[in-house]
Amino acid sequence: MADSDDSDIVDIEGLTITYRTVYGNLVSLNSVDFKVKRGESVSIVGESGSGKSTLGLAIVRLLAPNASYSSGRIMLDGHDVTKLSNRQVSLLRGTTAFMIFQDPLNTLNPVKRVDVQMLEAIRSRLKQEGQPFNEESAYKEAVDRLNDVRMPDADSIITRYPHQLSGGQIQRVVIAMGLLMRPKLMIADEPTSALDVTVQAQVLELLRDLQRNYQMSIIFITHDINVAHSISERMVVMYAGEVIEASPTESLVKNGLHPYSQALIASIPTISKSEGKLTAIAGSPPDMISPPNGCRFHPRCPHVMQVCTVQSPRTTVKDGSEVRCFLYG
Amino acid sequence: MVDVLVKTQKLKKYFRAGKSGLLDKILRQLPPLVKAVDDVNLEIGKGEVVALVGESGCGKTTFGRLLTTLETPTEGEIYFDGRQVTKSDQKAVRRKVQMVFQNPYESLDPRQSVKGIVTEPLSKMGISKVEKDAQFEKVMSAVGLDQNFGERRPRDLSGGQRQRVAVARSIVSNPEFIALDEPTSALDASVQSQVLNLLVGLREEYNFSYLVITHNIAVARYISDRVATMYAGQIVELGPTGEVLKDPKHPYTQALLKSVPSLDTKKIEPPHGEVPSLINLPSGCRFHTRCPFVMEKCKTEDPSMRRVGNVDVACWLF
Ligand SMILES: Nc1ncnc2c1ncn2[C@@H]1O[C@H](COP(=O)(O)OP(=O)(O)OP(=O)(O)O)[C@@H](O)[C@H]1O
Ligand SMILES: Nc1ncnc2c1ncn2[C@@H]1O[C@H](COP(=O)(O)OP(=O)(O)OP(=O)(O)O)[C@@H](O)[C@H]1O
Ligand code: SF4
Ligand code: SF4
Ligand SMILES: [Mg+2]
Ligand SMILES: [Mg+2]
Repeated sequence: MADSDDSDIVDIEGLTITYRTVYGNLVSLNSVDFKVKRGESVSIVGESGSGKSTLGLAIVRLLAPNASYSSGRIMLDGHDVTKLSNRQVSLLRGTTAFMIFQDPLNTLNPVKRVDVQMLEAIRSRLKQEGQPFNEESAYKEAVDRLNDVRMPDADSIITRYPHQLSGGQIQRVVIAMGLLMRPKLMIADEPTSALDVTVQAQVLELLRDLQRNYQMSIIFITHDINVAHSISERMVVMYAGEVIEASPTESLVKNGLHPYSQALIASIPTISKSEGKLTAIAGSPPDMISPPNGCRFHPRCPHVMQVCTVQSPRTTVKDGSEVRCFLYG
Repeated sequence: MVDVLVKTQKLKKYFRAGKSGLLDKILRQLPPLVKAVDDVNLEIGKGEVVALVGESGCGKTTFGRLLTTLETPTEGEIYFDGRQVTKSDQKAVRRKVQMVFQNPYESLDPRQSVKGIVTEPLSKMGISKVEKDAQFEKVMSAVGLDQNFGERRPRDLSGGQRQRVAVARSIVSNPEFIALDEPTSALDASVQSQVLNLLVGLREEYNFSYLVITHNIAVARYISDRVATMYAGQIVELGPTGEVLKDPKHPYTQALLKSVPSLDTKKIEPPHGEVPSLINLPSGCRFHTRCPFVMEKCKTEDPSMRRVGNVDVACWLF
């Protein structure tokens, strides 16, 4: 199929992903719909364990071996990822979609020096572009990208092994690798969780520039709503393997519709408040092997109604937001 | 004044890093020195929580590893409970301290079950199986993980679940001192609150002391009594948390606070200029290459710590 430029870069419908485990089947994504337009920046936020990383990994087909695609389809740049051969998928990885893993050491090889790994990345990009590889200019390009991500001592860092770098330096090397690939879509799973706020601000600015100037689409997975707010136009909230709200960023943070979105935003600590206990959402996170019936949030929801305990709410559209909750129909 | 539990004096850790060029080999030169921790004095009281904030790569993790004896100092001293920590009694100290590592993926043994990982610090303590099980149950529910996680392997966990397993492991043996390196960086706000409330509760109950390394200023604000700002291997400001965050004195602390993203604004103002090299450190004040208030003196003379009210700050403005 052609990658016609008006189609969405990512178009997921009814995606269900199951992990097989010794203690039972764990449905980590349950009938998820998710779209990203070309040039758009979307954040995925939500509870720890709700399926955010699984969704990102599913798009590039890099799920753990015990995972299976139970149903649904994933269109990535016009190709159904679930139907491609391994070789075809590997061609899409890198230059079509580049994924920054939550564990940065999943991208970096611990026994290879940073320069070796960055040059390999450049070589593979040039091969896909049908361009010749030149070691000297590639080396310069690698150092330039490290400078772009505000890496000090880039000349020394590039000659080291990953274990000789700080947490934030490893994370920046991985982001620099992503920049080297110049992908149409960058899937970044908690890419700034080890960066201090000053470097984080600069890296976010860099990503925004790429999005603006090169129409790069971004899927930004983060637990930090403040960061999501600064990087994305739209936010998707996940709970227990389901997308429960998808809204323009501003309306989500000011006026979240779903009771879980509201509770999540209310629990953000701020620099100016420190008195008393921090607010955590009451009740415990759902057991993903046997999730609650009806609305999965109902055991913890302050607005729970009779219907919520037996029936699963459908997605409704309200003021440009999509929400799954009986309060809205 | 409370009793001091951990104390460092002129603590330094230098690394040799990277390859040397051909010319260096001929001249028998070693690879360059990275000055990760460079002359740090800090005291942490019994039952006190100190937050350590600062630029990525400035030496925070290295400092935490030094305090928990996982790294040997290049120079300087560490005292634990009034006694200097030497090679020979490292083992004894190690039983009373724990570290939660920045990257939970690295630190959890992939072959062990979650239960094995979490209860491992208890294994050498001569505790009955019943007590062990009870303690396991207690810490797991405290970090918001179901009992049935015990059977799982680290690879079956999400990022935030691994991080909580690491925190559970660090508290299971009731250590006197824990260095927590970005302990909630993979947690959503609600679960983060739960873990922070737990740490505060433990401190109140057992008088634990913590060093909490974090880039999340709101976390530092909530959890710590005092906050230390680190820049290029040194502590540049140290004082009561409320005071430092409300009225930061050092220009770097000021810049740090201005870069915190918030829901009120999309505009953030990170400091200009290059991030400092730890190999060729800037002369004089290490922040002078980026400081909006830089004076002639700052370029050549290194300011030492001065007491201003309740706060110690290393800057020529004071
Ligand atoms: N390989 C696996 N085998 C079994 N269960 C898994 C596996 N990987 C993830 N899970 C489970 O699937 C659920 C979703 O995991 P996922 O990593 O997608 O969560 P997440 O939203 O990214 O969480 P976090 O914010 O903590 O990183 C979790 O409950 C997790 O325990
Ligand atoms: N084994 C090593 N060999 C050489 N250099 C090292 C080694 N470990 C750390 N470094 C360097 O020492 C400096 C301090 O590293 P450290 O991990 O303490 O930083 P950090 O403040 O924890 O940073 P981050 O916030 O990014 O985790 C960094 O510049 C790093 O590159
Ligand atoms: S459907 Fe019912 S239980 Fe679920 S979030 Fe809405 S009101 Fe709460
Ligand atoms: S000593 Fe000078 S350069 Fe350094 S922080 Fe103070 S004013 Fe700025
Ligand atoms: Mg994840
Ligand atoms: Mg670190």
